[in-house]
Amino acid sequence: MNPSEIHERLTSTFGAAVVDAKLDAAQPWIQIAPDKIDQVCQFLAREDDLAFDYLMCLSGVDYNNGTLGVVYHLSSIRHRHKIVLKASCAKDAPHVASVSLIWGTADWHEREAFDLMGIIFDGHPDLRRILLPADWEGHPLRKDYKVQEFYNGMRVPY
Amino acid sequence: MGILDLKLENSNIIVTSVDRLLNWARLSSLYQMQFGLACCAIEMMAASASNFDIMRFGVIPRATPRQADVMIVAGTVTIKMASRIKRLYDQMAEPRYVLSMGSCSNCGGPYWEHGYHVLKGVDRVIPVDVYIPGCPPRPEALLEGLMKLQEKVRKESIAKKSA
Repeated sequence: MNPSEIHERLTSTFGAAVVDAKLDAAQPWIQIAPDKIDQVCQFLAREDDLAFDYLMCLSGVDYNNGTLGVVYHLSSIRHRHKIVLKASCAKDAPHVASVSLIWGTADWHEREAFDLMGIIFDGHPDLRRILLPADWEGHPLRKDYKVQEFYNGMRVPY
Repeated sequence: MGILDLKLENSNIIVTSVDRLLNWARLSSLYQMQFGLACCAIEMMAASASNFDIMRFGVIPRATPRQADVMIVAGTVTIKMASRIKRLYDQMAEPRYVLSMGSCSNCGGPYWEHGYHVLKGVDRVIPVDVYIPGCPPRPEALLEGLMKLQEKVRKESIAKKSA
């Protein structure tokens, strides 16, 4: 199934939840509302003609304009087609629906995006930091991140 | 000439000072705390392998800090790891020595500016005896640093406590 057919399936099923799309990009992407991303992914994973059974990557992005984003690279091993989904949210209320119950891969990826970007994945079973210590302050890959002066008595900056 | 090279046939007595004897024993058997943190650990492993054979200096890797004399901090010390390193150092019996191997553990290395997660020098948590520059240092550099440490141990005295 090519990207525009996938886009067609999603708009006919979810309507306004499909916010934007760029289907002639090198990696065609479809923008989804952040609170509907779990339903859209459920649909993409379970429908027989779509069957996106493989979440290749889940990334967090800081667009540096007050919004954070999550990018999902999906692939279907059965049908050999691919699509990229995007969801963005405001930096001061960074909530995106979790897809970790659809693809187990997403569990740690979402924890990483939460750890480094501060995106809160609603519905994640165990959302805590995965790389940094549990008592670390801030989310380091945000563009406006300022490193803390001390951590447990150790000076952090050079 | 080392003590063992002296001929002992005529009398079984060696005259030396306690300091010299203790220092000789210590510097000839610097047991190493066996752990590596990053790419420097690969060079440390190469130094242990047959081409460089760090064991000829009496450096034997020990898997517990309680049997180790020298801690070779080989690699990037992340802030998460720093408290573990401090604890391992505290578990080592005195006299204990620290070799800081490579730019990362010397001063943060390439992570000095943007590496929020890297401790900018292991000397912020434990005292360091010898710094070995390099990124990573070659095994020869590690051996040189080890010999520098041996020179340091050779000058120690049980009467005067050194830092």
